[in-house]
Amino acid sequence: MSHDHDDHSHLSDTDARVRALESLLVEKGYIDSKALDIIIDTYETKIGPRNGAQVVAKAWSEPDYFKWLMEDATAAISSLGFTGRQGEHMVAVANSDDTHHLVVCTLCSCYPWSVLGLPPTWYKSPPYRSRAVIDPRGVLADFGITLPETTAVEVHDSTAETRYLVIPRRPNGTDGMSQEDLAALVTRNSMIGTGLALSSDAV
Amino acid sequence: MIDLDKLRGIPQAEGEPVFAEPWEAQAFAMAVSLNKQGMFTWNEWADTLSAKLAVEDANKSGADYYMHWLAALEEIVAVKCNVTPQDQEDRKDQWLRAAAATPHGQTILLKNDPQAC
Repeated sequence: MSHDHDDHSHLSDTDARVRALESLLVEKGYIDSKALDIIIDTYETKIGPRNGAQVVAKAWSEPDYFKWLMEDATAAISSLGFTGRQGEHMVAVANSDDTHHLVVCTLCSCYPWSVLGLPPTWYKSPPYRSRAVIDPRGVLADFGITLPETTAVEVHDSTAETRYLVIPRRPNGTDGMSQEDLAALVTRNSMIGTGLALSSDAV
Repeated sequence: MIDLDKLRGIPQAEGEPVFAEPWEAQAFAMAVSLNKQGMFTWNEWADTLSAKLAVEDANKSGADYYMHWLAALEEIVAVKCNVTPQDQEDRKDQWLRAAAATPHGQTILLKNDPQAC
């Protein structure tokens, strides 16, 4: 930073572009600045992977809920008050000994916002978007996961209409744990398929 | 590295800030809001954004994601909201002039643009 800067404000070109759009759209009545603040606040503080963790903990604990989730994830998830803003269809996929599920969006970064919040940077990165499909085991290895050869990896490509939630395997030694404690074992990555649920001694 | 724990309420998902800069959050919210108002469908938005993200020089870390988001927003707004690229360019220049004319620490207002009517 130079010391001879003047005492006036400076906007970056990017910041000015965003302000230009916002002020023009407000003038035309297409957006309302207060509504924008509410959206930002919602995504920053009220929506996040904790929503998805509640869904998973409930599915682990209640067989009927698990069945409903597998049959109609959109309804089962919205019954907990988590509804998507874009009216997307939710599909839940459960990991097992036989199959490990991995979610990607090869085109852009469609993501189940209502249950996971906003996507992490790596999810939006071109290498993840391309490699998850071509070399899913390599991607899993990058995340520190090595699966037995007998476990198939199934990759799900999200679209604007369909978003996936992975139900990770319930860790051993968690019988009798409350849903609240179980939810604490469910990481964001485990619900994308790039992680596993934490072991029971993590709580 | 910033110490996230010292910044109460900072958006983060498992240790990662949700938005790197405020303008990212503004750009994000504008797209969500316009979709909600019915200005474009979420599919139309996904298509426009996909096209921007498909460019070869997209940063491999995804750090420039919201730059592409912004470019997609400028494009879709021109088509769907009748805000031409020229309108956008002119308004951007007004903001830059207004900022330059605003004493540091004060709110930047469009009317601070010396060329404002």
